[in-house]
Amino acid sequence: MPEIRFDSVAVRVPLPGRGEREILARTTLTLTEPRVAVIGANGSGKSTLARLVNGLVRPSSGHVTVDGRDVVRDGAAVRRTVGFCFTDPAAQLVMPTCVEDVELSLRRTVPGSEARRERALEVLAAHGLEEHAHDSVHSLSGGQRQLLALAGVLATEPTVVVADEPTTLLDRANTRRIGHALLGLSQQLLLVTHDLDLAARCDRVVVIDDARVVADGTPTESIAHYTSLVDT
Amino acid sequence: MSDLMAGLHQPGDTLLHRLPVGAKVLGLAALSLSIVVVRDVRAAPVFLLVTLLLAALARVPLRSVWRAARGVLAIAVVAGALQWWWYGAEKALETFLDLLSLGLAALSLTATTSINEMVDALARWARPLRFVGVDPDRVALTVALTIGALPGTIAIARETRDAARARGLDRNPRAYLSPFVIRVVARAQESGDALHARGIGD
Repeated sequence: MPEIRFDSVAVRVPLPGRGEREILARTTLTLTEPRVAVIGANGSGKSTLARLVNGLVRPSSGHVTVDGRDVVRDGAAVRRTVGFCFTDPAAQLVMPTCVEDVELSLRRTVPGSEARRERALEVLAAHGLEEHAHDSVHSLSGGQRQLLALAGVLATEPTVVVADEPTTLLDRANTRRIGHALLGLSQQLLLVTHDLDLAARCDRVVVIDDARVVADGTPTESIAHYTSLVDT
Repeated sequence: MSDLMAGLHQPGDTLLHRLPVGAKVLGLAALSLSIVVVRDVRAAPVFLLVTLLLAALARVPLRSVWRAARGVLAIAVVAGALQWWWYGAEKALETFLDLLSLGLAALSLTATTSINEMVDALARWARPLRFVGVDPDRVALTVALTIGALPGTIAIARETRDAARARGLDRNPRAYLSPFVIRVVARAQESGDALHARGIGD
């Protein structure tokens, strides 16, 4: 598995006239497990941690590396190996039809429009979306859209997939479907979630509270810590 | 409108589908120019017939033809009415038919050309701009994203209008416009992040 390393990483944002606000306190973590979940309350810093992994957020101090590559210095190279799934797939799907959106992901890796179309159709078929290949992305259900967004990410064959609350907007059946797809990936998965059932199926769970890592361990230990935080 | 813009491309194997994008764009430009330049009411039905034949040749489903025509019809009716008032019935009829013909001609291009084919063609055509520091892929992608963003923007407009109505503020432009602009900018930011995360533009 790849190694995601946070080395004394902190993220601060300026507040006009009021100094700075720390959205992630100095954090050092090394993630090598196949499935790592990050849980915590809204605004605790979970998404910031996830976004650091492919350079969407830059650290104010410290370094983030993926397999030894610095996400700031070698951003383009890191993004070729780190796929990112957002909470709202509507923001991620930018082309009119499903097949065209997957083709957009393949522009960098598959030369030639015919080869790209063929590969995109294969990717859609692998995710059970072949029937919707030529449908508008806006006509899909929430679950299908998230699955399409995931298909677009996996089309580029990343070694790491970061998913930022991918089931938050979904109903129970679609949560199960997307969760099953994510947890069945051969890639390393960094899953930010509020769904404790999904987190419990990961190999390691990191708990973030008020911009700090407050627990890091097995799902049983970390989830127990998180529920005690919520209950107090 | 979102139906018109999204998923308009109809996969197929007709002559128009097989033609290179460049030939189709040039053909559309020549036809559109002819429609605009030839000022004769007798030519207007001929142009309409040609564009209907093109749509038939492209095997564009009647439903799509109706959707496209419906969008243009509203504009054509208003423009035709103004022309009637200013110049008389003959000019009004010509304007009305010409606008429908232009809409249908454009439909034949978009129905037989996928966005990605268009992006590839635009990137090829923009290649000479490399010498002045312009990235052709970015130019092509910008055009494609602009087209692709329209249905999403329309959806945001509808949601924002409904939200204002639900609060009884449907007559207050601020209750509609402010959240609409904020949401469109936020969506643009999210889409930018998503493209960045996909390594597009790196």
